[in-house]
Amino acid sequence: MIDLATVFILAQKELRDARRNRWFLLYAVAFAGLSLGLAALALSGAGNYGLAGFGRTSASLINLILLIVPLMGLTLGALSLAGEREKGTLLYLLAQPITQVELLLGKFIGLALALMAAIALGFGLTGLLIGVNGGGAQVTTYLGLLLLTCLLVLVSLSLGFLLSALVQRGATAVGLALFLWLGLTIFGDLGLMGTALILRLDVGQLFALALINPLQLFKITAVFNIRQNLELLGPAGIYAIRTYGSQLLPLLIGLLTLWVILPFLAAIQLFKRKGVL
Amino acid sequence: MIEVTHLTRRFGNLTAVDDLSFTVQPGEAVALWGANGAGKTTAVRCLLNLIPFEGQITIAGLDVRQQSKAVRKRIGFVPQELNFHDDLTVSETVTFYGRLRKLPHGTDLTPLLTRLELLPHINKPVRDLSGGLKQRLALALALLADPPILILDEPTANLDIRAREEFLLFLHTLKQEGKTFVFSSHRLEEITALADRVLLLEAGKLVIDTPPHELERRLGWETTLHLYLPEPTIEPALQTLTRFGMPVSRNGRGVRVQVAPGKKGQVLRVLHEAGIAIEDFTVE
Repeated sequence: MIDLATVFILAQKELRDARRNRWFLLYAVAFAGLSLGLAALALSGAGNYGLAGFGRTSASLINLILLIVPLMGLTLGALSLAGEREKGTLLYLLAQPITQVELLLGKFIGLALALMAAIALGFGLTGLLIGVNGGGAQVTTYLGLLLLTCLLVLVSLSLGFLLSALVQRGATAVGLALFLWLGLTIFGDLGLMGTALILRLDVGQLFALALINPLQLFKITAVFNIRQNLELLGPAGIYAIRTYGSQLLPLLIGLLTLWVILPFLAAIQLFKRKGVL
Repeated sequence: MIEVTHLTRRFGNLTAVDDLSFTVQPGEAVALWGANGAGKTTAVRCLLNLIPFEGQITIAGLDVRQQSKAVRKRIGFVPQELNFHDDLTVSETVTFYGRLRKLPHGTDLTPLLTRLELLPHINKPVRDLSGGLKQRLALALALLADPPILILDEPTANLDIRAREEFLLFLHTLKQEGKTFVFSSHRLEEITALADRVLLLEAGKLVIDTPPHELERRLGWETTLHLYLPEPTIEPALQTLTRFGMPVSRNGRGVRVQVAPGKKGQVLRVLHEAGIAIEDFTVE
């Protein structure tokens, strides 16, 4: 039985720690700064301030989100348990009347809220810039992207927690997180293209392969959120629309949600098996 | 109160705790004693279900594995390595762990902090505390919810002699108040000061379970007494002790005697009856 009051206390502590974490602050400032810069570019690129400001900015933001958000979630998640294990504080925490699941949940919720607050700040400042310059079109698209980004935060954190449960040292966990980030962001597209060429995949297989990478999954969902179709993604996108139709968005969001739940459950099992060591 | 049955913990090929069984009665103080690597810390961690183990442990009738949360509510723990969150102040640390232990809001912790002389340091970050103060903080946290059982892992390992004596005195007071203790140590003086029973561990196995005053005899240890005597009495002392069958040799300003467990007083008595004054002595 999970004691929610205990989870709340641990989440509060995690939130407080995040505020004092210089990496977290650096990520938050970097995201806000870059998204403001992109918004300014998108607005000026429209030739006329205010023309479809939110829609253009959302499109520009997708690549920034794909780079920064997984980096934030993976590294901070990877440090969460491994860092405490290395410092020795994990042993003392678990000697208290709390369960391993409560500890993991508390840490996850606290870090997720901190990261979502940082993302919301970046989105908020950018939205303010667009609003001040008169752009009001496609606000719902922009808000949809914010929600999807929060889901990506949870996916990245969940994967980070899984890495954290695997190893003993914070540095190893962060190293693994960076390796995974590199694999998912940089080699994701290239790997997909290479595999499709070598194995001569049909569009259905190519689309299925894209869904295996949570970042590709996010990208497809985000593009769908902006355009309401996937023609931009080529034959695989058209295949997806024709095959799944109105079920496509729930399918994509469901898969992203699975990417949150499954790694987190795996992290719990690993953590239980290893104990504090 | 505590019942450990066939406790075994392996790390790969190494068996850190090997088929350990013992019981602890309410109000009893039991010491896990042994050299480094004997399995003391591992056994303590198993008692708290911090690491997986084979065998059975029940505390206050609760299965440690199945009801670990309820068990830990009844235990105050002082770890060997005092790793708290260094950026928190003493006050914040006490509040955080107090909330985890479900202390009612507004509980007055002043008496506890005063008793452990932590009150003047309440606003200091934990990282600025000395080793002795951190140890007291650890004990304060262990006592927050006034648990009936205290488990301490090498509780004085990081303390200087004076702080160690003060700390042991405090633990002794807690014992008199009825707390049940299980503590690990490699210091004999700590065990004789606090324990009702000593469990000697070697390579994870229980070798001896005995009251501390029986320990020397059970181990068959010999003590070396260094007696400092006036120069003219050294030769008569050698002859007297030899006559009583004691292995004795001259040693600088006096004599050195090998004494069987529990027989130190006999040496002093023999010399006293022979009219030989002892200026000073040390025990090795």
